[in-house]
This record gives sequence, structure tokens and C-alpha cells, in this order.
Amino acid sequence: MSLLSVEGLSVSYGANTVLRGVDLAVEPGEIVTIVGPNGSGKTSLFRAIIGATAPSAGRIARKPGLNIGYVPQRLHIDQTLPITVDRFLRLSARLDRRACVQALEAAGVPDLLKRQMSQLSGGQFQRVLLARALINKPELLLLDEATQGLDQPGSAAFYRQIEAVRAETGCAILMISHELHVVMSASDRVICLNGHVCCQGTPAVVASAPEYRALFGTGTGGALALYRHDHDHGHDHDHPHSHEAAE
Amino acid sequence: MVRATLAGVGVAIAAAPLGCFVVWRRMAYFGDATAHAAMLGVALSLAMQISVFVGTVAVALAMAVTVTLLAGRGYAMDTLLGVLAHSALAFGLVAVSFLSGIRIDLMAYLFGDILAVSRSDLVVIWGGAALVVGLIAWRWSALLTGTLNEELAYASGLDPKREQLILSLSLAFTVAVAIKVVGVLLIAALLIIPAAAARSLARTPEAMAVIAAVIGGVSAVSGLRAAYVFDTPAGPTIVCVAAVLFAGFSLLGWQSRKAR
Repeated sequence: MSLLSVEGLSVSYGANTVLRGVDLAVEPGEIVTIVGPNGSGKTSLFRAIIGATAPSAGRIARKPGLNIGYVPQRLHIDQTLPITVDRFLRLSARLDRRACVQALEAAGVPDLLKRQMSQLSGGQFQRVLLARALINKPELLLLDEATQGLDQPGSAAFYRQIEAVRAETGCAILMISHELHVVMSASDRVICLNGHVCCQGTPAVVASAPEYRALFGTGTGGALALYRHDHDHGHDHDHPHSHEAAE
Repeated sequence: MVRATLAGVGVAIAAAPLGCFVVWRRMAYFGDATAHAAMLGVALSLAMQISVFVGTVAVALAMAVTVTLLAGRGYAMDTLLGVLAHSALAFGLVAVSFLSGIRIDLMAYLFGDILAVSRSDLVVIWGGAALVVGLIAWRWSALLTGTLNEELAYASGLDPKREQLILSLSLAFTVAVAIKVVGVLLIAALLIIPAAAARSLARTPEAMAVIAAVIGGVSAVSGLRAAYVFDTPAGPTIVCVAAVLFAGFSLLGWQSRKAR
């Protein structure tokens, strides 16, 4: 059975409906990426999945006993809150040192255990967040724009780490990302969201779907070429949605 | 004098972990607001001839629940607190003026009257402190996760809204209990200053709470002693000692950071 299945999900804030009739499912071991412009309801979908927002309609079914690891979009630790990486990793559970070291190794930052969270660089911080999400050996990892604030090599390295994590632990990954080019090459399946599911499928199918092109234009075509290694997009430069506008 | 010392230390212990959360969550104004609202409790309990403690606790708790329920519904937290706290204070002061028959010592409520702590007050203070510390220790991980990131808490199966309510209620209760010791005007100082002073010495959240308790306790003991020697008001003297400790530790922390 699916790890997570969302059926007919709608989310509204007051009179403002941000998601309408969303269906999606995540199978064990697959990497699924949600793309969509700002305000398309990506973050609301995630909040509904983790239970922070009550859906106004539809249902969200998790596999019984599903263990979810969550990497938030950004996490601000107030300067007044002293906390070591070690302590941060043990927030949700009592764990021995070995488990913490293993999780940090899996996230690619083995030597940070004694450091203060506030002294980490952006890339180290995101990896510690990843380590924390991995520490309970989740079957499903949720990443909400986990590479925000990282430069391009940094986020490429981060996504390679994600693939390595999947290869090693076999956990399924559901992530939101703005970075279409990197994400497209790393995903098994892409879901294009804009208040509803516009289109979904393998990266190649989504990239050539008219709904996707209407949202993201052809400006991303060059970046997609990283994945497809061919330039099959038309050069209609007067298309109203440029890459910049979609960002 | 012994009773006063015990009362001061008891309040300092309860205030320390709460003060840390107040500092981390940037809700310093909450302590002030609850204390102001407690004046209404003083007035009401005198008017209804019930125990002042019961009255202040009731009003402080009502205030905490109201703020928590209204938070995030159109007004920012500080606006809400400002409206509620000052309205409650104003209504309280007006209500006090109607109590013609009874002379109340307003100064005692504004600045505290730690030297007049009775044996039963002491029982209330230590019982309350034990309750608050126990509650916070029990919910510590959940509170800490919710403080770091709301979504992270939801994803771990916690309800940060409920944890927030627990924190607010503990704070309100502590403020009501501590009014006797340092008074309405200085209670927020007892929450924030020891926690802030502990910041530069601590590497983990738990250490910060423990160090804050020690600093608060030391401030209470030596503040009372100083008040006796120099014949100064006890509550403000305790806060002065805490402030001096804060300044000292901050300078030390700043120096060691510069040296590194």
C-alpha cells in the first residue's frame, strides 16, 4: 500500500481556497517532487500532510505507524537559545551518541556534534536538519524547499545527498522545490501544483506537458536540458510567463 | 527573614525555566501584561472579599487563555497584550477607588512585600513552584521543539498550540504567585534577567534553565541581605542584584567571544 495517500484534499483559509481537490500518493522508495509557482499551495499541502493545517475537505491517509522525517523550509534559532548540534538531534527522542553520529554521517556532516547550532554555515545547518529528520529512520522524508539560501553547488550537493540517503535507507522522499533543473534530474516523479494538480508523471512527461509550460514557460527549458540533454523546446520568447516571473 | 529568603528562592526557581522560554520566544511583554492584569484581580478579590491570591491567579489565568485564543486572529501579539493588560490595569485601578471602606496598600502590590510573607504564603509559593517546574520538566522537549519550529513540532506529532497554552498558564500562575515577592512592576524582571544573564554561560537549553535558577536564587538571597544592610526596599534590591549579575556575565561572555 502507499505510504501516504491524499484524496480530494482542499485547504482554505477563511474564504480563500488555496488547494482544491488534490490527489496524490507516495509509494515506498520513490522520490516525488512538487513544483509550482509561489502561492500555488505547496506549503499548505505540506502543512496539511504533517497535520499543522486542517483540511476543509478530503482526506489524508498514512500507512499505519508511518514514521515521517521532516526538514522544514527554514528554521530560525533565536540568538538567545543556546543549543548544540548534539542536543538538537536528540530533541524528539532519547538516543545514544552512535545514532547521532550515524545520522550526521548519513547527512554528510560527521564532525559537527559539539558545535553550537548558531555557528553553522547555511549548508551545514540544512544538513543537520536533514540528519535530525533521518535520526528516527523514517520511511518517508518530507523536504520543504530544503535548499533555500544555498548556492547552486551547495544545493546540487544537497540533492545528491538526498539520493544517497534514498539509495542507502530506501526511504521515500516527498519534496517541494523551486530549483527545477536540479530537482528534475533527481526525481522519479514530478507533480506540478497550482491550487490543484496540473499534471504529474516522470520528469520528461511533466516537462513536455502543456500545463507545465504554461506555468513555467520555456525559460526553464535550458535548465531542463540538463536532464533531457536535448533542446526540444520552442523558442517562443514572447511567452507571457518568463522564468523570472515564475520564480 | 528566613521566610523571605525561602520565598525569594522559590519564586526564582519557578521563574528560571519559564524565563528562558520567555526570552527564546520573545514574549517578554507577556509577563508585564499578566502582572498588570493581576491588579484587576487584586481589586476584585478585595471587593468580593476573597483571598487576594485566588483573585490574582484567576484573572491572570483568564488573561493567559484569552491572549492564547485571540493570538493570530488579526492582531499582533504585542497589540493584544497591550490592549488587554492596560485595560485590565485601568479597570483594576478604577475598581480599587470604589472600595471606599477598605484601605489597601497599593505600594505593597506594586513593589511587593517580601518581608511580610507568611507561613501559608510560603506553602503556596513552594507548592506553586514545584507544580510549575514539574509541568515544564514534563513538557520540556515538546515546548522546546515548538519553540524552535512550529512545523517541526507538528511533524513530530505534537500540538504546539497546546504547549503554548501550557506555557502561558504556567507563566500566569507564576506571576500571580510572585506578586507578593517583587510586586507587579518588577515581576517581569525576575523572569527575564536571570535567564538573559545565563545565556552567555550556557551551551544547552537545559544548562541555561539551571544556571538561570542559580542566578535568580543568588539574586534573591544577596538582594535580601543587601536590602537589610542598606535599608532599601527588598523587591527592587533583588532585581538590582540580578541586573548587576547580568551585566557582569554579559561582559565576561563578550570578552571570551572576542578572545576566541
